[in-house]
Amino acid sequence: MAIARNDTSVLGRWWWTVDRWTLAALVALAAVGMILTVTASPPVAERIGADPFYFARKQGVLLLPALAIMLTVSLADLRLVRRVAVAMLGGSLLLLAGTLLFGAEIKGATRWVSIAGFTVQPSEFVKPAFAVVGAWMFSAQRLGEEIPGFVIATGLYALVLTLLLLQPDVGQAAVLSAIWFTQFFLAGLPMAAVIAMAGLGAAGMVAAYFAFPHVQSRIDRFLDPGLGDSYQIDRAMEAFSAGGVFGRGPGQGTVKTVLPDGHADFIFAVAGEEFGLIACLVIVAIFAFVVLRGFARVLHDNDLFVVLAATGLLMQFGLQALINMASTLSLIPTKGMTLPFISYGGSSLIALAVGMGMLLALTRKRPGVMG
Amino acid sequence: MFGSFRTSRDAAPGHRREPRLDGHFADDGRTARRHAARRAGSERGETEEMRREAPPSSGPTRADGVFRQAIETGRTRLLITGAVMALAFVAVSGRLVDVAAIADPHEPRQLTAVRAQEVETERAAIVDRNGVLLATSLGTVSLSANPHKLLDPVEAAQKIATVLPELDPERLASRLSKETGFVWIHRNLTPRQQERVNRLGIPGVEFHKRESRVYPQGRLLSHVLGYTDVDNKGISGLEKSFDERLRARDEPLRLSIDVRMQHVLHEELQGAIDQFSAIGGAGVVLDVKTGEVAALVSLPDFDPNHPTADPQETRFNRATLGVYELGSTFKIFNTAMALDAGTVSMAGGYDASKPLRVANYTINDFHAENRWLSVPEIFIHSSNIGSAKMALEVGPAGQKAFMQRMGFLDRLDLEVGETGTPQYPDIWRPINTMTISFGHGLSVTPLHLASGVASMLNGGTRVSPTLLKRDAAPVGARVVSPDVSTAVRKLMRLNTIDPEGSGGNANVPGYVVGGKTGTAEKIGASGTYARKALISSFVAAFPMTDPRYVVYAVLDEPKGTKETLNYATGGWVAAPMVGRVIERIAPIAGITPVDPQDPSVRLALAIQPPMQEQKHLASFETRMASAIQTD
Repeated sequence: MAIARNDTSVLGRWWWTVDRWTLAALVALAAVGMILTVTASPPVAERIGADPFYFARKQGVLLLPALAIMLTVSLADLRLVRRVAVAMLGGSLLLLAGTLLFGAEIKGATRWVSIAGFTVQPSEFVKPAFAVVGAWMFSAQRLGEEIPGFVIATGLYALVLTLLLLQPDVGQAAVLSAIWFTQFFLAGLPMAAVIAMAGLGAAGMVAAYFAFPHVQSRIDRFLDPGLGDSYQIDRAMEAFSAGGVFGRGPGQGTVKTVLPDGHADFIFAVAGEEFGLIACLVIVAIFAFVVLRGFARVLHDNDLFVVLAATGLLMQFGLQALINMASTLSLIPTKGMTLPFISYGGSSLIALAVGMGMLLALTRKRPGVMG
Repeated sequence: MFGSFRTSRDAAPGHRREPRLDGHFADDGRTARRHAARRAGSERGETEEMRREAPPSSGPTRADGVFRQAIETGRTRLLITGAVMALAFVAVSGRLVDVAAIADPHEPRQLTAVRAQEVETERAAIVDRNGVLLATSLGTVSLSANPHKLLDPVEAAQKIATVLPELDPERLASRLSKETGFVWIHRNLTPRQQERVNRLGIPGVEFHKRESRVYPQGRLLSHVLGYTDVDNKGISGLEKSFDERLRARDEPLRLSIDVRMQHVLHEELQGAIDQFSAIGGAGVVLDVKTGEVAALVSLPDFDPNHPTADPQETRFNRATLGVYELGSTFKIFNTAMALDAGTVSMAGGYDASKPLRVANYTINDFHAENRWLSVPEIFIHSSNIGSAKMALEVGPAGQKAFMQRMGFLDRLDLEVGETGTPQYPDIWRPINTMTISFGHGLSVTPLHLASGVASMLNGGTRVSPTLLKRDAAPVGARVVSPDVSTAVRKLMRLNTIDPEGSGGNANVPGYVVGGKTGTAEKIGASGTYARKALISSFVAAFPMTDPRYVVYAVLDEPKGTKETLNYATGGWVAAPMVGRVIERIAPIAGITPVDPQDPSVRLALAIQPPMQEQKHLASFETRMASAIQTD
């Protein structure tokens, strides 16, 4: 693309101010995701009696709109980002409540709601929206504006958390808690409170263990694999072993034929079997690159809102990737969490596109901000 | 924690609490703050002390301070957050390397992975020596009804009969009309039948989950396995004797039976019974070295899946419960006994020129040679006269002691409860000694005989048969010397290869078979021997150079056919069948055929010195038959 440095059109300014490295990394992830969906999803599609490339086609059809959404959002300025986030937060809160009232129960949880023929998972959209709105509230109070920002952010957090736990979706609740806590931490939470909150978080996890039978069973099985069905995780481990350093080769994997979630939550295992250790390390590196580069970029930003919002979005993105990969690698108990931009899943893809679009918008070079 | 909100909110107008906020953050942001302070031009050099003591109304300077303080704290803490995230990514990468490249892919993640797939049943399975399933338990449902709850017994009975056509609707209706709270309707419904009954939607019918014993091999092993009653309690065979063991442990009970050999023996024995119109039969394949029963058949048999469907007599186990006078096969033991006692040698012999008269009995040879016979000749011509004389030289006491050592006077110590008690004379007189020498007057089970032959061939130690797989062969008490054992091998081999021997029909090229016929007349209802009711048998072992298996087959009351010139003796009806069994099981046992003309094979089984010169022209009958005539 040839755009002159002095091009002052919207696109011209965008091109010279946007973080092109992060953009490239995200596009690379989407491409990797498309390749993996093509290889991992046909067995799952056949199992449900659909055309083998049903999921791949659906993902492909969603990918271009998702990239378009990401780029469009990244054109926004800070004020517009805030407005989009507030609107999205309101909308997804309504949908979350709606999910509880008339959502479809799938695998023991009500997480999806149907709108105009599309099945939407509102919990995916609430996370980036909360990251931006929370950052706004925290930064406003921290910078001395006359609003009880900390209380508002914490209240919103409590509201969303409650809605998520009622579904129940403990995984998303954990990510949301991490966003809120990190922003609060950055916004100057006193050290004593940090420690107290870390304790509360641990207590929360223990409480989740006792409150949610499925959490309890997953943790029990993680701690003692002999206790019960660790089928998916065993197959995933075998897949990584079978793949070795260089993998069995594209399409040569077998784990996808036995894993119910081979195209979604366990897609990383398919990558491990078919493309091997090196390819998996590259995927980890891309995720790490996006997160750490994002942190580095806002480290010298003077706008506390930008720092908090970008951190929140990156925490969401990075934690989702980490939780998914660590689950698949049996480092932590399994959590229903998609691998950003790679796993099959419409809501997840579109919501992440909006989130990353907002990140790109936040991290654009602005006049008066040193880079 | 909410105290800090107030602190922070107060900061803008009053700044009174600002120093406290500062104090809180002092330890985590000092360096960065100094760094920022250097960059923040006008405020360069301002210390924390100065700011803390600055008046509340310092205006723009204070606002800048708040801003700077906030952003610096944020930056410091962002670095911490970034470090934590970086560490997490490093941990995931490390785990990836561990799982994909370091961990041994063959090492199971957990030892329980395989065990988790097993199905637990109330009663353990029974498998053959190679793990083939012989008996197992399946979960089924049974149907019952509570007549008190039935709205219309007649309608219910008719509806149920549409799903279960084996039920008579009228009889069922009368049972469902009884004044009782519980009626069994049908046991062991298939899932499809259960679903259909469910869909009938009759109130008052109930399903009961239970386990049902299933024998996938059908009647193949009926007498070995036995069967269970409707409450899954073993009531015969191994199911009975191992009832507690099968209930207590889920681990399968592994038998010595090889289902492939069992199938061969079953099929061939049934074929012989059909061919010679016998009323029944028994067969055994026994491992000479270990005493493991590789096949055990008693016919007619029953289907343990439906034990009451066949007549009562089919449940009689001829192989281990029935005791019979087994005839000339006993000459194996008689010869060995005399050789071991030293009363005669292989080169010795007896005059068999005329019948032997003792008290009011006459002992004849079936087809008399009417001359002096050597020990091997007595064996292959199956001479009763020679055998009786041989036994007399050992004496009644010696013979009884020998039979006791062989275990022929006691019930078998076997895993199934159906074992017969041998019958022998209370007072062991010389006449008993003479008849027992050729297999009359002492009744044992076919498995006794097969075990006895194995004891003769394995070097001379007692073989205790077992129906369970053995890991190590126990060494039994010595019954004859190793030299005598070798002599018995030679005699049995000679009997199948000598033109005058009675066992030629059982010889199978390549497997060095040796054997002995036995034909006995059954004692009829009147207590006398019935000439036409025979117990015809043949016992063989192979390969005689180093015997591995004894194969024994008994036919109960076979009738001669045109092909057998109406003979129904062991050499005609049992020997060919035993030969076919050997031909089929030797490859299963992995025994390599050898060239019977190979000098080493011939030399190993040659009898020295050579037999008597004067050989009579052998008649067909002499070669094939042996019998007893008793007045």
